[in-house]
Amino acid sequence: MSEKVDQARTQHIAGLAKLKIADQELAQFTDQLNEMLAMLDKLEAVDTEGVTPTYSVTDQLNVLRPDVANNWGERDALLRNAPESVDGLIRVPTIIDESEDK
Amino acid sequence: MNYFDRDLESVHQQLVNGDVTSAELTKQTLANIAAQEPDLQAYLAMNEAAVEQAEAVDAAGIDPDNVLSGMPVAIKDNLVTTNMPTTAASKMLENFHSLFNATVVEKLQAAGAIIVGKTNLDEFAMGSSTEKSAYQTTKNPWDLTTVPGGSSGGSAATVSAGQVLASLGSDTGGSIRQPASFTGVVGMKPTYGRVSRWGLIAFGSSFDQVGPFTRTVKDNAYLLNAIAGHDDHDATSSDQEVPDFTAHLNDGVQGMRIALPKEYLGDGIAPAVKDAIRAAAKQYEDLGATVETVSLPHAKYGVMAYYALASSEASSNLERFDGIRYGYRSPEAKNLEDLYVQTRSTGFGNEVKRRIMLGTFALSAGSFDKYFKKAAQIRTLIIEDFQKVFQDHDLIMGPTAPTKAFQIGSESTDPTEMYVNDVMTIPVNLAGLPGMSLPAGFSDGLPIGMQLIGKPFAESTLYQAGHAFEQNTDFHQHTPQLGGK
Repeated sequence: MSEKVDQARTQHIAGLAKLKIADQELAQFTDQLNEMLAMLDKLEAVDTEGVTPTYSVTDQLNVLRPDVANNWGERDALLRNAPESVDGLIRVPTIIDESEDK
Repeated sequence: MNYFDRDLESVHQQLVNGDVTSAELTKQTLANIAAQEPDLQAYLAMNEAAVEQAEAVDAAGIDPDNVLSGMPVAIKDNLVTTNMPTTAASKMLENFHSLFNATVVEKLQAAGAIIVGKTNLDEFAMGSSTEKSAYQTTKNPWDLTTVPGGSSGGSAATVSAGQVLASLGSDTGGSIRQPASFTGVVGMKPTYGRVSRWGLIAFGSSFDQVGPFTRTVKDNAYLLNAIAGHDDHDATSSDQEVPDFTAHLNDGVQGMRIALPKEYLGDGIAPAVKDAIRAAAKQYEDLGATVETVSLPHAKYGVMAYYALASSEASSNLERFDGIRYGYRSPEAKNLEDLYVQTRSTGFGNEVKRRIMLGTFALSAGSFDKYFKKAAQIRTLIIEDFQKVFQDHDLIMGPTAPTKAFQIGSESTDPTEMYVNDVMTIPVNLAGLPGMSLPAGFSDGLPIGMQLIGKPFAESTLYQAGHAFEQNTDFHQHTPQLGGK
């Protein structure tokens, strides 16, 4: 089986998805990703010249609702699900990494 | 109390007659679930207000025209609810409480159904065994050492064990039909768009569909009656008219043209499964239908196309789990980027990570045409294969799964091997067709499921053919050891 991704590439793909794979699991994830990609490579055997791709099977396209403001008024209930909130706002760690300014 | 010798109509009649109240029924149901839960592990949350809600239905009066009035049902825990937590069996959503109910939940409640609890599943509905839940492994009531199938294993197991007469699951690549097959119950994946997905936690948006589990075909038709229909909240829900799915149950299969794809009886299908399907074909012929061998030449590429497409959609859908607004947040994070990465790396299980990564790869600039677009083109070819068969046939029959239920923990570490479980259900999702699994035999004491596949929005035809088969066989009358003894 040809290797499509090595461990560095696996970690890069994980990074794009905002994931980090632990070192002890990296080899297994890399192997499994290669196995899955090898499975997907079988698709190459199918002649799809001129075939229109199907991304959705529904005939419901561009369903729009009237442009009417709908103030839901559920802020407090929404905030109860947030891991951390202060003064009616969701609190997250500092965005700016000050170490880069030094 | 179990429901093995009952159906929705008979229990409904008891409620209407006053032989039992909804509150009594709900208490008995909850007691039965509690007694079996240590063995079965089918539920992630129970509805603390269930008895109170049943008392309210009793007080208002059982609706004599609605079989779900006062009836206990269960729902899969990837359908959001306001009065119970919704976890999708992921650590990522522990302690999450939705601000609204899924449309199907609203519809069940409007019909007077009592939702007794939320059932276990593979994390975010990704899996074929219900072993991928972050919380527990549900067991198959027929043999507690085997899996109930997945991802809707909890919903299938609770019906199979006789705990409730009906439950809801969701089916992205076979997640209703395969567990229905493994646990010997009826499971329907409706046409894409038939049932609203509003409030179903998205996995593969162009595939996902909510559908019912029941012990009989007729009960299943009643459930679909209750949950089908257009929903303004779901732009992909269809405005196709919803017929009464129970109306043609007794019309039989005389003159019906049934297709049996040769690919569905090929290599990799267990001999006992093949025998059961051949016997079912003979049964249909005896009842006046014609059964012809056909070909779905691109079906064998379904699994690969599905994993390219559904994983891509999953990688996009699961971007929302970032630790900011709801759900789990890693306590280790030092900055915002770190918060995303730490939260997602510790919040998601390995199966979910694998699919997100596969999807991320398939959608990346260098891979898009090779994997994502190619898979979408093959999806077109699979749809065209079905259309050709449906020019001359009313429905397609075949196995639901290649084997009976497998042992817990037997799943190989090779994920591609597990994905083959869905080889006969996935093409149906790629084409957005309705598919139903119903009991059609046994192998070493474990159920075998038959799959019936219909034209778009022809669920009634599946129920009609399924009911005819059920009336002439006794597979659905067998009961598992756990609840039946």
